Amino acid sequence: MTLAAGVLEGNRLALARLLTHIENDTAEGRAALGELFPHTGRAHLVGVTGAPGTGKSSLVNQLARLIRNPGGGQAPQRVAVIAIDPSSPFTGGAILGDRVRMRDLAGDAGVFIRSMASRGSLGGLAATTSGMVQVLDAAGFEIILVETVGAGQAEVDIARLAHTTLVVEAPGLGDEIQAIKAGILEIADILVVNKADRPGAENTERALRNMLQLAHPVQHTFRHHGTLESVSSAMVQPVNEQPIWVPPVLRTVATEGSGMEQVWQAIIQHRQHLEASGEWQQRERSRLETELDGLLQATLVSRWRNQISAQEYQRVIARLVERRISPWKAVEALLDGDQA
Amino acid sequence: MSDRKIRVLVAKPGLDGHDRGAKVVARALRDAGMEVIYTGLRQTPEMIAEAALQEDVDAIGLSILSGAHMALVPRLMELLKANQQGHVRVFVGGIIPDEDVPRLIEMGVVGVYGPGTLTDQIINDIHQSVSSAAVL
Repeated sequence: MTLAAGVLEGNRLALARLLTHIENDTAEGRAALGELFPHTGRAHLVGVTGAPGTGKSSLVNQLARLIRNPGGGQAPQRVAVIAIDPSSPFTGGAILGDRVRMRDLAGDAGVFIRSMASRGSLGGLAATTSGMVQVLDAAGFEIILVETVGAGQAEVDIARLAHTTLVVEAPGLGDEIQAIKAGILEIADILVVNKADRPGAENTERALRNMLQLAHPVQHTFRHHGTLESVSSAMVQPVNEQPIWVPPVLRTVATEGSGMEQVWQAIIQHRQHLEASGEWQQRERSRLETELDGLLQATLVSRWRNQISAQEYQRVIARLVERRISPWKAVEALLDGDQA
Repeated sequence: MSDRKIRVLVAKPGLDGHDRGAKVVARALRDAGMEVIYTGLRQTPEMIAEAALQEDVDAIGLSILSGAHMALVPRLMELLKANQQGHVRVFVGGIIPDEDVPRLIEMGVVGVYGPGTLTDQIINDIHQSVSSAAVL
């Protein structure tokens, strides 16, 4: 039995092994992704990001618990968690400690948690997170929670991956200037003020609400690779007449589980909004475009590197270091064979 | 193409709350370039086996200072086998009486480390046993 077939049958060992193949970008992993891809596109991908220590892992723990025990006679959905922590830039090693806060989820066959090291990626995710999400999607997990590396201001890749992005804040981390800077707060579909039992929670909430009031609703377009790309396609319904989603600001104390019901309801409402407005398809398309772009770039670079001789490369670098040619000239020399 | 990293689960089964040693070892393994999944205190063998499966680790490091190793370790080894995770290398550190060491080795534990062990020794042992397991 192939790993892909095992994953579709719900074999957890096959799933875990395949995730390792994807993470290590093996040929077997790529082949399995090819088999599984037609089975993807069903899961609701929820990103959880925010500064280190704001309580992302605790929030994910409580959220997953709630989804597993929804109450009110609703059927529990299956939850997968991908939790990413940073790799050391010097040794490549990592401490992946998010499971410490997720012990409440142990022993539930409807939950699957996987820790990942960022392995040098800078956007808050790892290069292979997207592929891992696809495998979990194909495995039938209805909700996939992706917890990013503790993010500062510019780690916004999660917004390209997830349908719904939660940005977690905690009291005392910054003033209103932080709130009006560009970056992480802009990508929030839901803003969570965690540790709301601490002093200063009102101030944090007020700063976030003020920021939202100033912000005029804009269409979600993502700057990447230097150009501002707006997703416009005849296949996507225009969203202009649809109601605009204004991110709610919700208070939680994740260690005690308070406020979690409101967060989960907001996630459900956001999904309904995405589906009703046509933005769901739009985000799917933009996400797949981004992924294709990234893979294309990586593949082109690695193919080109296989072609160029190491001596030629070293020769150009030497000239660059001697400051006889500029970095741009060096690129031209390598790509076009110009004798600079 | 493939960027293979050794993944190690560091867990603290049982009821004692002294996790300093586990943290020191976790940090040393990180500095040796490994990816360490740290699960924290008071883990049951069931929780450890489940985490090892989900994380697809190459090795498990257990820190036990409670004296309950002769109950916890065999249970974990049993669960790993049941999960078809027999290839996972198990290491034990902590306070283990000398006479118990051969019994743990017999159960399939690769190494037992008492107080004063150099972290380099643990790192070397993990490298050696994982490469000989030839997984993936």
